Amino acid sequence: MSENRIAVAKTYKLYIGGAFPRSESGRSYPVVDAKGAFLANAAQGSRKDARDAVGAARKAFAGWSGATAYNRGQVLFRVAEVLEGRREQFIAEVAACEGVTVKKAQSLVDAAIDRWVWYAGWTDKVATVLGASNPVAGPYFSFSVPEPTGVVAVLAPQQSSLLGLISVVAPVIATGNTAVVVTSQDRPLPAVTLSEVLATSDLPGGVVNVLTGRTAEIAPWLASHADVNALDLTGAPESTRADLERAAAGTVKRVLRARPSEDFTREPDLARLRAFLEMKTVWHPIGV
Amino acid sequence: MWEYAPAPESRDIANLKPNYRMFIDGQFVEGAGEPLKTVNPGTEEVLAEVSTAAPADVDKAVKAARRAYDRVWGKMPGSERAKYIFRIARLIQERSRELAVLESLDNGKPIKESRDVDVPTAAAHFFYHAGWADKLAYAGHGPDPRPLGVAGQVIPWNFPLMMAAWKIAPALATGNTVVIKPAETTPLSALVLAEIIQQADLPPGVVNILAGAGDVGAAVVSHPDVDKVAFTGSTEVGKIIQRQLAGTGRRLSLELGGKAANIVFDDAPLDQAVEGIVNGIFFNQGHVCCAGSRLLVQESVADELLEKLRVRVSTLRVGDPLDKNTDVGAINSREQLTKIQQLVETGDAEGAQRWTSACPLPDKGFYFAPTVFSNVSQAMRIAREEIFGPVLSVLTFRTPDEAVAKANNTPYGLSAGIWTEKGSRILWAAQKMRAGVVWANTFNRFDPTAPFGGYQESGFGREGGRTGLEAYLDV
Amino acid sequence: MAAPSTTPSLPPALADAVRDDASLRRFLHGLPGVDQVGVEQRAAGLGTRSIKKASKLWAIDTAIGMVDLTTLEGADTPGKVRSLAAKARRPDPDNPDVPKVAAVCVYPDMVETAVQELRGTGIDIASVATAFPSGRSSLKVKLEDTAYAVDAGATEIDMVIDRGAFLSGRYGQVFDEIVQVKHACGDAYLKVILETGELATYDNVRRASWLGLLAGGDFIKTSTGKVSPAATLPVTHVMLQAVRDWHTQTGELRGVKPAGGIRTTKDAIKYLVAVHEVAGPEWLTPTLFRFGASTLLNDLLMQRRTQLAGHYSGPDYVTVD
Repeated sequence: MSENRIAVAKTYKLYIGGAFPRSESGRSYPVVDAKGAFLANAAQGSRKDARDAVGAARKAFAGWSGATAYNRGQVLFRVAEVLEGRREQFIAEVAACEGVTVKKAQSLVDAAIDRWVWYAGWTDKVATVLGASNPVAGPYFSFSVPEPTGVVAVLAPQQSSLLGLISVVAPVIATGNTAVVVTSQDRPLPAVTLSEVLATSDLPGGVVNVLTGRTAEIAPWLASHADVNALDLTGAPESTRADLERAAAGTVKRVLRARPSEDFTREPDLARLRAFLEMKTVWHPIGV
Repeated sequence: MWEYAPAPESRDIANLKPNYRMFIDGQFVEGAGEPLKTVNPGTEEVLAEVSTAAPADVDKAVKAARRAYDRVWGKMPGSERAKYIFRIARLIQERSRELAVLESLDNGKPIKESRDVDVPTAAAHFFYHAGWADKLAYAGHGPDPRPLGVAGQVIPWNFPLMMAAWKIAPALATGNTVVIKPAETTPLSALVLAEIIQQADLPPGVVNILAGAGDVGAAVVSHPDVDKVAFTGSTEVGKIIQRQLAGTGRRLSLELGGKAANIVFDDAPLDQAVEGIVNGIFFNQGHVCCAGSRLLVQESVADELLEKLRVRVSTLRVGDPLDKNTDVGAINSREQLTKIQQLVETGDAEGAQRWTSACPLPDKGFYFAPTVFSNVSQAMRIAREEIFGPVLSVLTFRTPDEAVAKANNTPYGLSAGIWTEKGSRILWAAQKMRAGVVWANTFNRFDPTAPFGGYQESGFGREGGRTGLEAYLDV
Repeated sequence: MAAPSTTPSLPPALADAVRDDASLRRFLHGLPGVDQVGVEQRAAGLGTRSIKKASKLWAIDTAIGMVDLTTLEGADTPGKVRSLAAKARRPDPDNPDVPKVAAVCVYPDMVETAVQELRGTGIDIASVATAFPSGRSSLKVKLEDTAYAVDAGATEIDMVIDRGAFLSGRYGQVFDEIVQVKHACGDAYLKVILETGELATYDNVRRASWLGLLAGGDFIKTSTGKVSPAATLPVTHVMLQAVRDWHTQTGELRGVKPAGGIRTTKDAIKYLVAVHEVAGPEWLTPTLFRFGASTLLNDLLMQRRTQLAGHYSGPDYVTVD
């Protein structure tokens, strides 16, 4: 590349139903780096963008939850492969957004890719670890299987722009849920690049929908949306958490009250997988 | 009248080489054993020459595996092991067509089976177990289950690549290193898998692949520095190995013979039952330890079912394994063909009624036309011994209890089939079966998530699923 | 149940099955079940048969000869039917050796036009009837609809069964209707459309197939083409099994017609493989197997050109009618 070449700047957009629209509101907001320098404009998602995202997630749910666990594993592993190919870009964005050294950014990106691989491996193992055959006292065969809850609204962590984001998104979709993700408000760029990875990784459109913008503006609409089944509060501003939980109660949503202080560099456990699963128990008589 | 024109896969796709070498400590090496010639059972032509192991080579392989275990693989974090195993899965998928053609050439199985079953299932096994490598704490075998060390594995000729995957994938995922020996008549796909393992950049010595006959297998399983032995093959050899390991404290898992009953009740979905019976016994020429070789059919539907079955079996196309339209390929070896012929003769001699499909057979190669014996009784050899060929023995029953009693009346216990539209009867019969795998309204289904293995003389230990990991963990 | 004069003659076991509503129900519900997974796997497995060279050309020509070239639109006009008839007579003007299709299939009011265009060609004129596609009218209207088409010269009638009656278990009513329509057909062939897309289960497809055969349908046909899904391979498998079993029990050969959704040569060949292996080679004739289709014909013609020319053809080289 010649030194005086002017780079082509990227437009950062929303990711809804497999497409990259601007906000229907026409709004955007400037994203700055850790030192306050301008990086890019991000789309400022609106209430109606959130509604569209929920619609896309619902539409994708039947296909994604109905795919075999093996197929979901293949698709998610493909995502990890494509993530690896974008490693340098993520390192640059994480370093800029989070104000960490390149070395630190490298380790965060590597951990993020490995985290995705970890969850990719869970798709066809969750049922064997969490499911059961129940030795009921009678001539019945009874078994319990975990099934995905449905459409999950995820408020991504505000600080950890990629590792944190992946740590909250991957477990939701690994089990067959579909997601509407509200990214870190001030550090949204890695999330938009992640959308581009998802769009080119065999993941069906609508399984993950990504909204950039003001968390406090979008979150209440997701928390109260009757077609949303569960809510992950990880990135919710402290002052809004109780209100969001109350709104979620309107349709008895499952709420994951994860804290924003969670250390995402630690190896996860099953909590985030379990949070968005329903256990279904089946009974059937045994007899000749 | 409509005839399908031949639609053969080109053997060029197999990238066949004149010579194949063994894989020890990350290198392809000549063994000091007498080289063997592997034959295409479809044509009786020699495919390639393969170098084999002498006892010193076995020792070298075990030492390499020990070194790799001690220095690298045994202490590598699971998440890093996982990425190596994922690579193997992907490389198998990428080279799937080559592997399928090679497998059909060396084994004789129809290309549609190697293409649609063997190779994808092998890849799936690596993929599935890769995911376990960093999740062993969740497998229910304790909080921090440890590997055993060096695994010595011997596999049969009926599913050469798939059996290699069933053995290697769980061993690697749990942190063990491997010395494996494929069967004498089908070494090629395992040696191409060695290439894949090299391409995946696995540390030297983690997987070592030897070639040779039973003596090499015996040297592997009896080597004093092998911590774990896994064997798939005949019950006869399995018993020898179990005796050999007695008193050594070394861990053993065995997957041996079978004489599965496929039970058809009178309320079964008959057309699909016919398909399941055909798949159960003619899949892979009947060279399947879990083959549904004994058909138990309720008397009230026996005539109707048998008539449908004969019509359906008559449509099976027997011939060139590389032809995409072939349903039944070649018997793996002359030795096996002879064994099948001999057992079929005992069926005639003992008074069973033999029906053989009128399908044409090729002039060269080892072929046996699909055969159905009716009027078989439990006392006949064809009802008790594993034929391991495309030969079905049909018995009848009147009541469900009688079906269960006959089904279980065997020293084996690998698999069973149940055909009925009534759910409660499926569960009842499944509960009564003394067998490790029970298929209901289907047959011969394999999946890495579903444990596979037998009761009684069909062996012990399971492959696949959470349970399958136990065979390679110090628990 | 139907008046004795119109009841088809059946072997004793089957005559017993249609004695009254209760026997009919017992008989249909006593048929062996169809396992969904099994039949779909079998259909997919046969779909992997590879057909090459001379066999492929043979299959293409056989398929062309089995096409019921169809137009069933509210916007149909005599002009449209005339151009369809021309296509039926000579599917590929550049290649006169291409076989003609089996029949053209139109609405009753278009039969007259079709008859004029096809007289003496040996191509059959099929008409849908019985308040096609829904079948929601009185028996009287359905019979008059049939008579209207037959009087106009239709040689084949494609009737629809009353799916509402079938799904609510009124099998006798469905049976009677078919028997009476068959009577109204006179010498015309009767194809009984089951509309499998509305029957929901393979068990129902098998029962409806037997109902159609018991009542005297010469063909059982999957679909109207107005409901999705239309013809599918596994549904056709179940129907082929039914005519094969019918043949085993009665010695009679009855036909099967998948209709709707078969658009490519590749699909058509999969159906022929199914006919060959499920029913048997004797069904590989237009008198026992048909494709209800419109766009399929052009794809067959394109693939035929590809086979003969050795390079791929394009849609501009076959006629749009």
